[in-house]
Amino acid sequence: MFVVSLVLRNALRHKLRTTLTMVGIIVAIVAFGLLRTIVDAWYAGAEATSSTRLITRNAISLVFSLPLNYAQKIRQVEGVSAVSWANWFGGVYINESNFFPQFAVDAATYLDLYPEYVLKPDEKKAFQLDRQGVVVGRKLADQYGWKLGDQIPLRGTIYPGTWTFTLRGIYEGADAKVDETQFLFHWRYLNETVKARFPRRGDFAGVYVVEIRDPGQAAEVSARLDAAFKNSLAETLTETEKAFQLGFVAMTEAILVAIEAVSFVVVIIIMAVMANTMAMTARERYSEYATMKALGFSGGFVALLIVAESLAIALAGGFLAILLTIPIASAFGSSMGTLFPVFFVSRETMLMQLAAALIVGLVASAVPAWRASQVRIVDGLRSIA
Amino acid sequence: MNGIPLSYIARNLMARRLTTLLTAGGMALVVYVFATVLMLAAGLRETLIGTGQPDNVIVIRKGSQSEVQSGVDRRTASIIESLSSIATAEDGSKLLSKEPVVLINLPKRDSGKASNVVIRGVTDHGLTLRPQVKIVEGRMFRPGTSEIIAGSAVASGFRGAAIGETLRFAQRDWTVVGVFDAGRTAFNSEIWGDAEQLLQAFRRTTYSTVIFRLVDADRFADVKREIDADPRLQVDIKRESQFYADQSEQLAKFISYLGTTISIIFSIGAIIGAMITMYASVASRTGEIGTLRALGFSRIAILVAFLGEALLLGLVGGIIGLAAASFMQAIPISTTNFQTFAEIAFHFTLTPQIIVISLAFSVLMGFIGGFLPAARASRMKIVDALRAA
Repeated sequence: MFVVSLVLRNALRHKLRTTLTMVGIIVAIVAFGLLRTIVDAWYAGAEATSSTRLITRNAISLVFSLPLNYAQKIRQVEGVSAVSWANWFGGVYINESNFFPQFAVDAATYLDLYPEYVLKPDEKKAFQLDRQGVVVGRKLADQYGWKLGDQIPLRGTIYPGTWTFTLRGIYEGADAKVDETQFLFHWRYLNETVKARFPRRGDFAGVYVVEIRDPGQAAEVSARLDAAFKNSLAETLTETEKAFQLGFVAMTEAILVAIEAVSFVVVIIIMAVMANTMAMTARERYSEYATMKALGFSGGFVALLIVAESLAIALAGGFLAILLTIPIASAFGSSMGTLFPVFFVSRETMLMQLAAALIVGLVASAVPAWRASQVRIVDGLRSIA
Repeated sequence: MNGIPLSYIARNLMARRLTTLLTAGGMALVVYVFATVLMLAAGLRETLIGTGQPDNVIVIRKGSQSEVQSGVDRRTASIIESLSSIATAEDGSKLLSKEPVVLINLPKRDSGKASNVVIRGVTDHGLTLRPQVKIVEGRMFRPGTSEIIAGSAVASGFRGAAIGETLRFAQRDWTVVGVFDAGRTAFNSEIWGDAEQLLQAFRRTTYSTVIFRLVDADRFADVKREIDADPRLQVDIKRESQFYADQSEQLAKFISYLGTTISIIFSIGAIIGAMITMYASVASRTGEIGTLRALGFSRIAILVAFLGEALLLGLVGGIIGLAAASFMQAIPISTTNFQTFAEIAFHFTLTPQIIVISLAFSVLMGFIGGFLPAARASRMKIVDALRAA
């Protein structure tokens, strides 16, 4: 008890300095948490995948599509229980800055493959009956203030012209990991319009979404699927939905690595600030430490006092920072809108924040504690800060 | 009375080496992050702006944002070829290239992870239109064969793309017979082959873009008017330089916004570090301040001295951070540009503007951190200060 109160009183002796240090730690740990959350958000697409879904695409690259008759052939492959398809639309809503993903999907089958998109039965029916209907995620609908029945125009970049859709349903995610920013409309609407204008570009699917019976068989079924289309005009590449999503993450890996590296830099910055605080504090108290030693306290005890003080400041700052990260992250996430479809602070991030605070406290006090434990009584008593 | 000499200010920093080093070190890291991010955005811009020639014009389908999305059919291409403002080569042919541009998915050499690489079909004038492209190894592909040449960044960065290796796509094996270097431009991240061969292999009937050289760079407005007035042509035209510059905008903006926000948040930590150091510096020199005042130095002189100390601290941090960041120029970086969905290789580029901004940023951190402590020092009463010592 005596030690604890001594440590706390020491910590509060320079109120201004302690407050400033603590503010520094809070800023740094919040920044660290936010950056980790941004990295997590990047991986969110891969986290929300299902192990029973495979994605089959053209082996050359996503720019090339696959013939529509592949759907029949895929359905016959052993281990496949259902198949659907989708085309990337790449339209622009009003202007280029309003980016969100849009897919032309096979309305009859697509939503059944994604049970995590929760849609009211009547809205689902309304969508299926309207060829120009569209289903969007809750977050996307909220961002642009769309209501059921609204007309939404998109300007095509891959498919020229202006396309108008009628909002028929708003889906919600089954849990926080589900992307609520998608815009799903009828593949038939796209196909019929394209076919009328450019006959050669019709009847193609961008990717096939394949549902398999047994997740353990994913590798075998993928191999079987790709073997079925070997040496055809459009060879395929099938991978699990997770691997497919991770492929996108890998493309921007350089940026991701930079953000991760930077998140550690902020911890090092605050380590330097905290180390400076502890070094100054210890230097000012050399004569006190010498006095304590003269009274019979060991060098280890003196070191413990410094380490404990440093830890107390760092951990107090760390806890406040973790509490602050949650509201700041949600404000940041909503201000970013659909750029980060899924944005929340994970438990791992909080634990890492706590660990960072702990490490800052320990490292910052290491040198001053060691020096204080080594100080000779005579020198310490003589020293002036 | 004169100001307090600079040597006094500098010696104060030298007197507490550990503290000075830690505080300046914190600021140096902030400046390092700040400068690195700006260098990244500048490098990307420089690469894409350097790619386009101002007297070249690029034609893409109306509404499409990149070459890959675009499609220009043969009829449209022929109409464009008949325009009068196109420069002619020595043999009388038009300086124009009709090019298919697609993406192929290739594994990276080091990690095996796949990324999209631009493959461009070029015609006879493809090289003439881009004087910056030089074959540095091997030779040009022979027209009418499955030979390709790879940009230097692709050749070193992707499996199967180095000279002598083969790539398999579209049911054919393609042999890399040459490597070209295009300086710091986006072409370094592309693979080139024969336009007609690629069209056949990919079973396409339309080109992606048409590129031509103007007789005179000033004729752009005339050509644009002519094309817009022709109802048969549903195309957008841009100067090649502008087209590539536009492609760098989103990613460069994203990098600089994210980086600046991060740096500003980080700088709060470093400013607090400077503040703690300067407050301690003022507190431990209370007696000295009293003496200086008693000798006749004014309050302003004291304020300037302590503020100068903080600014110097910031400057030292800034120089260390900038020096560390300048080493980043040796590191090549490669990532996917989300606007084109294709891989682009570039370098960190340190521009004079970045040096000035970074140093100004570091001095500003010193100023904000040092102002309150300096104000406290200047407000001390002589008697109290002398008594405190």
